[in-house]
Amino acid sequence: MKRFIGFIEKEFYHIFRDKRSLFILFGMPIVQIMLFGFAITNEINNVDIAILNNSKDTKTEEIINKIASSKYFSVEDFIQNENEIEAIFKKGKVKAVLNFETDFSKKLITENNATVQIITDATDPNTANTISNYVSAILQNYSKTNNKNIKLAYQIVPKTRMVYNQELKSVFMFVPGVMTIILMLVSAMMTSISITREKELGTMEILLVSPLKPFQVIIGKVVPYIFLSIINAIVIIVLSMFVFKMPVEGSLFLLGAESILFIITSLSLGILISTVSATQQTAMMISLMALMLPVILLSGFIFPITSMPVPLQILSNIIPAKWFIIIIKGIMLKGIGLTFIWKETLILVAMTLFFIVVSIKKYKIRLE
Amino acid sequence: MKEETVIKVENLTKQFGDFTAVNAISFEVKKGEIFGFLGANGAGKTTAMKMLIGISNPTSGEAEVASFNVYKNPNSIKKNIGYMSQKFALYDDLTVKENITFFGGIYGLTRKQINEKRQLLVEELGLQEIVNNLVSSLPLGWKQKIAFSVALLHNPKIVFLDEPTGGVDPITRRQFWEMIYKTANQGTTIFVTTHYMDEAEYCDRVSIMVNGKIEALDTPKNLKEKYKAKSMNDVFLKLARG
Repeated sequence: MKRFIGFIEKEFYHIFRDKRSLFILFGMPIVQIMLFGFAITNEINNVDIAILNNSKDTKTEEIINKIASSKYFSVEDFIQNENEIEAIFKKGKVKAVLNFETDFSKKLITENNATVQIITDATDPNTANTISNYVSAILQNYSKTNNKNIKLAYQIVPKTRMVYNQELKSVFMFVPGVMTIILMLVSAMMTSISITREKELGTMEILLVSPLKPFQVIIGKVVPYIFLSIINAIVIIVLSMFVFKMPVEGSLFLLGAESILFIITSLSLGILISTVSATQQTAMMISLMALMLPVILLSGFIFPITSMPVPLQILSNIIPAKWFIIIIKGIMLKGIGLTFIWKETLILVAMTLFFIVVSIKKYKIRLE
Repeated sequence: MKEETVIKVENLTKQFGDFTAVNAISFEVKKGEIFGFLGANGAGKTTAMKMLIGISNPTSGEAEVASFNVYKNPNSIKKNIGYMSQKFALYDDLTVKENITFFGGIYGLTRKQINEKRQLLVEELGLQEIVNNLVSSLPLGWKQKIAFSVALLHNPKIVFLDEPTGGVDPITRRQFWEMIYKTANQGTTIFVTTHYMDEAEYCDRVSIMVNGKIEALDTPKNLKEKYKAKSMNDVFLKLARG
C-alpha cells in the first residue's frame, strides 16, 4: 500500500509539472463548456433584418413594431425597392428581408388575405430555417389576436409542447456531449500518453523489473486520472447547473455513479491504446482519431443518430459515448432512474470488461 | 571470498517463431564477480538478460538467479536484483531526491531507510548541490551515476547493467567503472553487458555471444592467451568472424 501511495505521488508530480497536461486537464473542460454553452447555439438572438414595406400603412407598421420589439430580431434597415434586396444580402449583415406587398391593409380588410414575403440568407441553412419559423410564428400570432371575433368554419389548433427542454435551449443538448468528450479525452488520452511515455523513457522496463506487479503499475498510473476526471465531472455539472441553469431532474448520486462508470470505461480504453502504441505521438493520434471523431460525429452529440444512414446507425452502437449520452440526458433532463437505463449501463460495463480483458491479453504478449 | 554461485544457467533458450535469439546457453556466476556479457548488437545479450531478470519467459532450459528459479519464483528474483538500462531511466521531471524516494519506495524501503540511504548517497557522490534539481537539468554522467545508485538502493545481491556506459565520455566511463569495482568489492555481483571491448578487460570473467550462442567464456587474460590476441578487441574480432 505504501508503495502504491509513493507511485501515485509521483504520478501527480508528472501531471502538475507539465503545463500542457495541466491545461488539457483543467483549462479545456472549462473553455469547452463555455464555448459550447455561449457561443455555439441553435437559438437566434437579435438577428439583423431589413424591411421592404410597399404599403406603409397601420397594419404593416404594427407588424413591424411587433417583430422589432421581439428579442429575436432587430430592424437594421428599410429598403425602398426589390433591387436592393440582393445588394443588402451581399453586404452580409442582414440575414432576412421582409417584403410587404402593396396595399397590405386594404387587401387584408377587403380580401381577408395579404402576403408578406420572407426572404432569408440560406448560406447558413439552419439559421435561415429558424428565422423563417420565428417570423411566421409572430405573423400567425398577430393575425390570431386580430381575428378573435371572427368565426371560422372550423379550425385545427395544434398545441405543441416541448417536454424536457421547454425553451429548446441548445446548451441542454451540448452539456451532456461536452461532458462526454472531456471525460473521454482526459481519461483515455491522458492515460494512454502517460503510459506510453514510461515506455519511451525506458522507465516502464525498470518498473517491470521491480517487485511491483504489472497490474499494480497500471493501476498506479490510472488512479490519479480517475481522481482528476471525477473533479472534472463535478466542475462540468456545477457549471452547467449554475451558469447555464441546466436541471438535474434525476438523482445526483446516480449521475455521479454513471459518470464514474464511464470514466472507468474510458480509462480501460486508454490502457488498451497504450498497449498497441509504442510512442506518445502514436497514442495521441490514436486517441484523437479513434475517440474524438466518433464521439463528436457518431455519438448523437451533435447529429441525431436516427437520421443517419443505417450502416452508421449500427456503427454508432460500438461507441461508448453514445450510451453515456443517453444515460446522462435521461438522468439530467428526464429525471429517470436506473430502471430505465439499466440496459445502457450494462452495455458500458460489458465494454469496460472487454477493453480490460483485451488489454491484459495484449500486455502479456508484449512481455513474452 | 566464498565461492557461492548466484547465477546458474543451463541450456537456456529463447525462440521468437523460427528465430532462435538465445541458443542453449549455459554458465555460472559467482558472488562478488564482475561478469561481462559481450556480443555484437543482435547477438542475443539483451534477450538473455531479460530472461534472467524475469521480464521474458524462456522457451526452454533452466536458470536460477539468487538461488530462485526463473519459472517458479520470478517475484523473489525481482526483490533480490537491481537493474539499470542503457537509457539510465530516471524520471526527468522529478528531482534527484524525488527519484530516490520513488524508486526506494517501489522496492518497499521505509521512509526512514530511504532518508538514510539518500544522505549516504549525497555524501558519497557529492550531490549536495543538485539533490533538489530536476533530473532533466543534469549532464548524462550524473544521470548514469544516479541511475546506478538507484539500482542499488535496496542492496540487491546482483545488479544487471545493460550497456551502462553508452554515450558517455571516456573519463566518466572510467569513473563509472570505479563505482562498479567498489560495489563488487562489497560483495554485490555485477552482470554487465557491453560492446566496448576495452571495458571487457575490467571484468573478472567475460562471455562472448555470437548468434545466440556463447562462443567463449573465461578471464580476459586466459582468453587473450587462448586466441593469441593482444587485446579483447582482437579476441572478439577473431570469434565474431569465425
